[in-house]
Amino acid sequence: MPEALLSDAVRDLVHDGDTVALEGFTHLIPHAAGHELIRHRKRELTLVRMTPDVIHDQLIGAGCARKLIFSWGGNPGVGSLHRLRDAVEHAWPRPLELEEHSHAGMATAYAAGAAHLPFGVLRGYRGGDLSAHTRVATIACPFTGEELAAVPAHRPDVGIVHAQRADRKGNVQLWGIVGVQKEAVLASARTIVTVEEIVDELEPRAGAIVLPCWVIDAVCLAPRGAHPSYAHGYYDRDNDFYRAWDAISRDRDRFLAWMQRHVFETTDVAEYHKSLGETVLA
Amino acid sequence: MMAVAASRRLADGVVCFVGIGLPSLAANLARRTHAPDCVLVYESGTIGSKPEELPLSIGDGELAETADAVVSVPEMFAYWLQGGRIDVGFLSAAQIDARGNLNSTVIGPYDKPLVRLPGGGGAPEIATSVRDVFVMLRHSQRAFVSALDFITSVGENVRVVVTDLAILEPVDGELTLVALHPGATVEEARAATGWELRVADDLSETEPPTTAELTVLRTLRTKGAAA
Repeated sequence: MPEALLSDAVRDLVHDGDTVALEGFTHLIPHAAGHELIRHRKRELTLVRMTPDVIHDQLIGAGCARKLIFSWGGNPGVGSLHRLRDAVEHAWPRPLELEEHSHAGMATAYAAGAAHLPFGVLRGYRGGDLSAHTRVATIACPFTGEELAAVPAHRPDVGIVHAQRADRKGNVQLWGIVGVQKEAVLASARTIVTVEEIVDELEPRAGAIVLPCWVIDAVCLAPRGAHPSYAHGYYDRDNDFYRAWDAISRDRDRFLAWMQRHVFETTDVAEYHKSLGETVLA
Repeated sequence: MMAVAASRRLADGVVCFVGIGLPSLAANLARRTHAPDCVLVYESGTIGSKPEELPLSIGDGELAETADAVVSVPEMFAYWLQGGRIDVGFLSAAQIDARGNLNSTVIGPYDKPLVRLPGGGGAPEIATSVRDVFVMLRHSQRAFVSALDFITSVGENVRVVVTDLAILEPVDGELTLVALHPGATVEEARAATGWELRVADDLSETEPPTTAELTVLRTLRTKGAAA
């Protein structure tokens, strides 16, 4: 029975210095869990995410991260992540080490981790400057001799994703754009899944992924826990919030004030939403 | 004009990997005008999306709802992109050089950047896995440079660069001015290019947007966008 309070799960399953993958490709981003990492003042984390966006900007600006392993770090459709930039360009609030990949490389590394392989293989990283600055190697195909790229597998200590729903046993169901969440969960040593609702029975859905309860350590109820991201079938993406984040995050003091009011002075996702005011929500 | 010029290059039935913003506008314009069977693939995993409104992000719900298929991100990059199923890939960047190489990683040195950009995302493998790369980028000295600060993706498959002034195509491997948009001049394009821009002998002028194109553009509004 993996059902737990999110606060307890984060306190017990995530340790300072851990490698933590919070995943979600625009959809189902585990914001509530990210806020809980910040409230628990987790430190020295290596964060893994293909597309770090607003929640990672907050984690980095709050000083939780020592290192970021990623392939695209921006505010989709809006622009840069100002806290990420400030950390990389000015070491504020602390230096941030980067390990940068391509999307294809990150996806391959997660799939290799889920398959319990030491590395993944792809036809990638060819010609550009990235391979000189990251962990990638060239290997020869043993059958044809073709040169291919090898990326070390992602094996996070903790994988965290958000999903639409779970049943009482803790089996989890997610659908819509499913991103790399299945691989992130299966690659990780410990896993936390936040869900919109817990139901008696999971009705089959076309295109849905089911993660059985025995690959999950904690299932935590967190309604609207993806906001400002969205949960397909539950609520829409809060595009206004993503646009507003640009101005909030540009200035250190304004960022800190926002974090104080909406994360540190709230205890859970319900209070977070209350602090934002119902009008912000879709 | 950029979206119109790029959309006209998309043949009916092509499968194209679409980024957010102008590429999405161009591909959706093509699908609603001359190329109804153009297949839009977004890297979030949606294949055959037919959005009514333009999405703000590549993972908006409408892209999944209107798609023929939704696949995981590892599958998208391994089976569909690396698998050679995509004809056209759109890219943009902060900088481009005369060979069509692109930089979306850093301005300044990698380890001590003046500006840390979002990074390559899908670009490195899009650039080498699709048949034709279309680049859409506003024309300026800052963007069209003689030497990139960082090569994020290589230019070998770049077939066309559409700017707000003109269209460039590679001639003997070097991006060359082949068409000007209405009102633009060779001098303007040269002044906005950081290398000695060559001009094709048969330089042409882009046809202005048609009424049909303008009508579709007006209806394709970004979801919730004020701008």
